[in-house]
Amino acid sequence: MESRLRELIERHRETGGNIISLLQDTQEAFGYIPRDAVMLFSRELGIAASRFYGVATFYAQFRLKPVGRHKVTACCGTACHVRGADRIISGIQRELHLAGEQDTTDDGLITLDKVACLGFCSFAPVVLVDGAVHGKATTDIAIREIKNLRKKI
Amino acid sequence: MIIRVCMGPAGIAAGGKQVLDAFNAELGRTQVAAKVLENCSSHQVGCLGLCARDVLVEVHRDGTKTVYQYVKPDMVARIVQEHLIGGKVVKDWLVDAAYDSFYRKQVKVVLADCGRIDPESIDAYESVKGYEAARDVLASRTPEEIIEEIKMSGLRGRGGAGFPTGLKWELGRKAKSDVKYIICNADEGDPGAFMDRAVIEGSPHAVIEGMIIGAYAIQAGHGYVYIRAEYPLAVERLRMALDQARSRGYLGKGIFRSKFDFDIKIKLGAGAFVCGEETALIASIEGQRGMPRPKPPFPVNKGLWQKPTVINNVETLANIPHIIRNGCGWYAGFGTERSRGTKVFALTGKIKNPGLIEVPMGITLREIIEEIGGGIESGKPFKAVQTGGPSGGCIPASMMDITMDYEALAKAGSIVGSGGMIVLDADDCMVNVAKYFVQFTQAESCGKCVPCRVGTKRLLETLERITSGKGSPNDIELLEELSGGIKSLSLCGLGQTAPNPVLSTIKYFRDEYDAHIRDRKCPAKVCKGLLTYSIDAAKCKACGSCLKACPSGAVSGEKKKPHKIDPAKCVRCGACFDVCKFGAVERE
Amino acid sequence: MAMVTITINGKALTVPDNLTVMEAANRHGIAIPNLCRHPQLTPFGGCRLCVVEVKGLPRPIASCTTPVTEGMEVTTMTPRLEEHRRFVLELILSDHPNDCMTCQATGSCQLQELAYTYGVKGERYPGERRIYSKRDGNPFIERDLEKCILCGRCVKICDEVQGVEAIDFGYRGFKAKITTPFEDDLDCEFCGQCVSVCPTGALTGKLWKGKGRYEGVRETETVCPYCGTGCNITVHARNNEIIRISSKPWAWNEGLLCVKGRFGYPFVKSPERLTKPLIRRASGNFEETSWTAALEYVSAWLKKIREERGPDAIGGLSSARCTNEENYLFQKLLRAGVGTNNVDHCARL
Repeated sequence: MESRLRELIERHRETGGNIISLLQDTQEAFGYIPRDAVMLFSRELGIAASRFYGVATFYAQFRLKPVGRHKVTACCGTACHVRGADRIISGIQRELHLAGEQDTTDDGLITLDKVACLGFCSFAPVVLVDGAVHGKATTDIAIREIKNLRKKI
Repeated sequence: MIIRVCMGPAGIAAGGKQVLDAFNAELGRTQVAAKVLENCSSHQVGCLGLCARDVLVEVHRDGTKTVYQYVKPDMVARIVQEHLIGGKVVKDWLVDAAYDSFYRKQVKVVLADCGRIDPESIDAYESVKGYEAARDVLASRTPEEIIEEIKMSGLRGRGGAGFPTGLKWELGRKAKSDVKYIICNADEGDPGAFMDRAVIEGSPHAVIEGMIIGAYAIQAGHGYVYIRAEYPLAVERLRMALDQARSRGYLGKGIFRSKFDFDIKIKLGAGAFVCGEETALIASIEGQRGMPRPKPPFPVNKGLWQKPTVINNVETLANIPHIIRNGCGWYAGFGTERSRGTKVFALTGKIKNPGLIEVPMGITLREIIEEIGGGIESGKPFKAVQTGGPSGGCIPASMMDITMDYEALAKAGSIVGSGGMIVLDADDCMVNVAKYFVQFTQAESCGKCVPCRVGTKRLLETLERITSGKGSPNDIELLEELSGGIKSLSLCGLGQTAPNPVLSTIKYFRDEYDAHIRDRKCPAKVCKGLLTYSIDAAKCKACGSCLKACPSGAVSGEKKKPHKIDPAKCVRCGACFDVCKFGAVERE
Repeated sequence: MAMVTITINGKALTVPDNLTVMEAANRHGIAIPNLCRHPQLTPFGGCRLCVVEVKGLPRPIASCTTPVTEGMEVTTMTPRLEEHRRFVLELILSDHPNDCMTCQATGSCQLQELAYTYGVKGERYPGERRIYSKRDGNPFIERDLEKCILCGRCVKICDEVQGVEAIDFGYRGFKAKITTPFEDDLDCEFCGQCVSVCPTGALTGKLWKGKGRYEGVRETETVCPYCGTGCNITVHARNNEIIRISSKPWAWNEGLLCVKGRFGYPFVKSPERLTKPLIRRASGNFEETSWTAALEYVSAWLKKIREERGPDAIGGLSSARCTNEENYLFQKLLRAGVGTNNVDHCARL
């Protein structure tokens, strides 16, 4: 991990260390933002760790905990909302046994990502399973796809 | 013979790949000599056509084009057999008349090239007169001339606020500094708007050309495109286009063989709606938390890195080359007195033909809904259209002849905004729609100022109370009071407009609020907390799925006997209703 | 610097054009309520209490961030503005513990004072309140985030004045909070600058708890004994016990202190503290003595050494805790009295 982080630091040192870009690259590399990465960046680039944490918790894109290897993405855009995205999401949560704010299954395999509009509005509601788009989705379709995913894991 | 299968994002979502494979397999099996091509393949543009009817398949045979809709892999064999081999069109699956009316009322300026040219090829763009405007501007026109041209065209910012673009550029031109920036705002955050994505995916060079012209007009040497990371294809296309433009000398030092230097960088947004606000966007490009700061100073005087900065939206910039090429008079010929030109709308919701449409400003809502949109999908009555997303409001069915322009919409309590249009029918609860938008703005509030941080929370809580059957008679007054304070006192546009969806639904659908509060009923049967659930014994097949789904143990029943719901235990989550395959669960 | 003429509440004023509306008003004795503005820090514009009306503008503007412009007509007090301020206070208090009875900051709380002035109880918009159960385990600073109003003063003073950046805004919207990296316990210099500018009871000294607020508290202005900087401090004492140290913003050190000056006072009543001189006797034990005896003892030895080994056999090391004047006298003693240049100071590293 250390060597990859060093690489990132060198790449960003020249540009003056843009916190957002640095965190984006880190998440790209590790799937989330490890604490050690922030601490190392802070030491090496002379930017306070509090700034990194402030930025990381502000933007929806950043995750401070590892994500599941598989991702179910539910669009919460308006078009999806009026076509029942809520019901689908609660169906997925039931299927994945996710309680409250929990977004990753207990076994750490599947993460449910609720995202703002993906721009598939004409196919609302939309659910993505590992990037594959399922348009005009229903709770049944979503659950079926998750079951298929489980079989493959 | 050529077969074209729609492989745009919507086409793929509808199973375009499977249909494509099925054609290839079927043609191989039957040994028919036909070529299978992908429509929108390299284009993969957003929903510009009737993507709602995907998978659309075009069959070109004997010089005529036939279009089939809703094609599924199992329909392929018959199309091949009857049409390709037999020469007889499969009438059952043809697109219907709506396919034509969808196109008739539209005027495509910004979207003209989207889907028509290969967005990944600079040659393709130049073949449709691309970069002619920029070349001409750099060779023979002064910044002042350009600014005058844009002012005369009447173009106003397409991102939401509708500020005159020419005026903004003039202020940028007048700002004194050796370093200036032009930023393209592609942080399209309105849930239900995706025109910026489509424009960048469909014609990235048009945006770049618009930026070059803008940069020259204000004399900015550096440009940024701030774009959502959630749009990977758009980012990729843009990156490719920038490289191509650079290699032709359209970006970099001495562009178009002039003495003017200009280059563009891409900055990825990290997921914050508030970063559509100019000062927050600037903070975000600088790598900071996207918290807006008070204006003045305005970005045009003190923007990115404290330097004069002009920020234009994607659609605005994509209009520029067309205006320069065709003249301001041509552009001003579209639209109304004060709202000139065309506007792209993302027509979604309960409409028959959802998708991106481009229409002259001033078209009526009726024309959009009935002629372009093909009416309500379900056949139920049209109730309202929500425009402008979380900062906008709704227009009720009774105002269907309203013209779509900045002034008329503002007068009706809504806005053009970035152009989201969510069509709502009788099955939509307006209180719930208001709640949805407040939920959105509340979650996207940066938290800096009190009215937005705490005020929208209280607004949301009040709406939640109302929609869960705990509303009290003075809640409407409370909503209005909170809304008034939030609007007047919030620091930035997000907070100042956040109450709009609430105020406009109260204005036009007060009866629905009353029904929720006084009668404890949701007329559209959307608000779960106001519904009571029961099982129709005649329809119940005793499959047990509702029993399993119920989180509170309210459902009881034995095998082969109709199940029952105990209202005392029911938490009204609606899980039973969702899982029942036989329509046996009823809600009232 | 150019001057501009503006009117505030009908009064024409000529002020430098680099001022904000609030600064211009304050200079002419017109106070505008606020919670996030602090003269030592850059303006924030978040609390929205300082809104004023400017003729020709459709909505009220924040006076703390708006620069004055020629001909501006400002009104700072109208029934509508008062209504706005009440609205903001109602919202703040709706998300506040309102436990002033037991709050350390009572009496020195700006939020409490404004609520009192405007007669706002925070009952108008009831709703969810932020609950943070985790207590920060650092030894000096009590961080009660439920009382935090997100004015950002602590973040700014830590960054702009102290240059430490130990804290920042985290999260957003209603969940926004001031946080350390990864929400660890605060780990900084503990200068307590943040505590000194907090307008509520969100940041207080851990040592202060239960020791006294106003009633029976005597304040004494003095100088910090810790080092030669000589910061002006205010010693708060009750029942003859120091219960808190603070510093006035108008002191030459502008209210800024270090961890020792602000929180390092318990030594005063430490049983280990030496209050009388001790002399080590031949037995090896220390014996209490008087100052006169102690000084005589030292001077006798200095004389003896100088006579037997010469003045350069003696050297003196002074302390950074002494003032400049004391250090001057010390080198004078060594140079003129003893006759050596062997003199140095512990801060000269």
